[in-house]
Amino acid sequence: MSDRAPGRTFMATYIVRRILIVIPTLFAVSILSFAFVRLIPGDPATVMLGERARPADVEKFKEQMGLNQPLYVQYIRYMEQVLQGNLGTSIVTRVPVIDQLAYRLPATIEAIFFALLIGILVGVVTGIVAALNRNTLIDTIANLIALTGVSIPIFWLALIMIYFFAVNLKIVPPGGRIAADITVDRITGFYLIDTLLMGRLDYFGSAIRHMILPAVVLSTTVMPQIMRLTRASMLEVLRADYIRTARAKGLRQGSVIFKHTLRNALLPVITVIGLQIGSLLGGAILTENAFSWTGMGSWFYGAISARDYPVLQTAIMFNAIIFVVMTMLVDISYAFIDPRIRYK
Amino acid sequence: MSAVISSANTEPPAAEPLRTFAPRSLWASAWRRLIRGWNGRVGLFLVTIITLIAVVTPIVDPYDPRLDSEPALSRKPPSLEHPFGNDFIGRDIFRRVMHGARYSLVVALSTIVIGTVLSTAIGMIAGYFGGWVDTLIQRVAELMQAFPSIPLAIAIVAIAGPSLFNTVLAITIVSIPGGMRVARAMTLTLRTRDYVEAARSLGASDLHLLWRHILPNLLSYVIVGATLGVGGVILNAAALGFLGLGAQPPTPEWGVMVSDAVKFVRQAPHMILFPGLAIMFTVLGFNLLGDGLRDALDPSLSGTY
Repeated sequence: MSDRAPGRTFMATYIVRRILIVIPTLFAVSILSFAFVRLIPGDPATVMLGERARPADVEKFKEQMGLNQPLYVQYIRYMEQVLQGNLGTSIVTRVPVIDQLAYRLPATIEAIFFALLIGILVGVVTGIVAALNRNTLIDTIANLIALTGVSIPIFWLALIMIYFFAVNLKIVPPGGRIAADITVDRITGFYLIDTLLMGRLDYFGSAIRHMILPAVVLSTTVMPQIMRLTRASMLEVLRADYIRTARAKGLRQGSVIFKHTLRNALLPVITVIGLQIGSLLGGAILTENAFSWTGMGSWFYGAISARDYPVLQTAIMFNAIIFVVMTMLVDISYAFIDPRIRYK
Repeated sequence: MSAVISSANTEPPAAEPLRTFAPRSLWASAWRRLIRGWNGRVGLFLVTIITLIAVVTPIVDPYDPRLDSEPALSRKPPSLEHPFGNDFIGRDIFRRVMHGARYSLVVALSTIVIGTVLSTAIGMIAGYFGGWVDTLIQRVAELMQAFPSIPLAIAIVAIAGPSLFNTVLAITIVSIPGGMRVARAMTLTLRTRDYVEAARSLGASDLHLLWRHILPNLLSYVIVGATLGVGGVILNAAALGFLGLGAQPPTPEWGVMVSDAVKFVRQAPHMILFPGLAIMFTVLGFNLLGDGLRDALDPSLSGTY
């Protein structure tokens, strides 16, 4: 009983420390996104406003951002603007970047969430099956599928899947987040939540159908790693003494696998999920456009070819922020699941 | 722990002289193990084929992509004459896929070689010297890893300008922290080994210790890591080509070819199919080879013995 209290304090300390680590990282992210616009060849005002900007606007922008002043003043001005939600205006659409962000961020988070869900489910199950059938044909096939999975260029897989399942078989829609004739109320920005809040199950169904293909394609960025790690860590745990003890006690195979092995084997898998969030974000940039998915990825993609630097700057910054925050959440949840972490 | 074991082992039995093996036997036996496993064999086969294609194609078929177009054959599906079909301006896709091999391999090879040398050297320095050098290197690596790799590579190319050379630059920079961490971790454990201590007590310099005693023991990990990294590099390079940031049209680079085909998913799916398959088999080849090398150089990692 007496050791519970220190355990809890350690836990609190761990979480606070883990959150504090994020601050210098976010600071660096802000420095880099500040530097980004200034590293692009050309005058920053022209870079941010576009070649066809009116001279009056350029002057106003220079004044606002303090472009004639020392760099540290410029950085402070920049951060003032960012913290007030002023991320500039898109060169192409002339819409404030922050408005587009609010619209596109939930779309990508929704897709990434479902991709992770599919990736974890399929990856963990095939990993377990492969480990339990080690060195058999099943194991080899699972390994080959995982290897092929990491070898597929995701932007290509998206197009192939669209061709087969949407164009040819017509079982899923080829693109978009929801049927074109449906208007979803802007409540949270997550269509799967908003359609339910509207009380329209048919809208919800449409959103799900549109989600399947992008989520499945995106899930291939994480599935192979999850599968291989589950397999390796299952094999490791299956060799442990307490598993031998459990077997010696005469426990049934199912009970050994689910109660004794799986719980311990899944710990490292959570870490790899944290590491794979970067691949998911990269995958979103490469696939969203093919699915006409109006998220961060297609936004990023469009901004590259249009040289829409205000959008590009924000997209890069928010990719890093999502990545940093999600990795932090994974680390913290890891501490909840694995008590050993708290005492380190 | 390991120090205790190794010191117990180095005490030879009274009469028997200490047996040594010729250094090549490690690599020779690794080679035997490599071609014994199915993954190593298939990987080696694929990589050899693609390397041959990359080397031989430009010799037997001089090609100027700027002069290649035949409007009459636009988007024609595969036929005997054009096994992979023709693209939107009637170029033979088979020919372009064959010519594409060398771009992927050159990018992969230069990226991996530069990236591996730099990351190993930096990792060894960080792990060996420790202190503020280590702290500084670690912090910089952490900052770089705060950015997901594709967006970071995109940012670098957006600054430097789209080209194949800048693709190499961006992917190399992005790849350094990962390899560096492995080299650092290994160096941390290696530098306290008895034989390193022994060499140091004999007056060996830091450079000598790093070069003669630590690097050789890292080498198998570095080789496996580099081989397993090739696949990812090819995928990233193709992705940048696809995004219009890498090789530029009309270069027959596979990512560019897929990007050319995006508008024709419905009418001409063969335009997409073949360049993508080329990327997939190349990456698969390197991944299988890396897998086989890992089994061969360090059986304990494979978990299948």
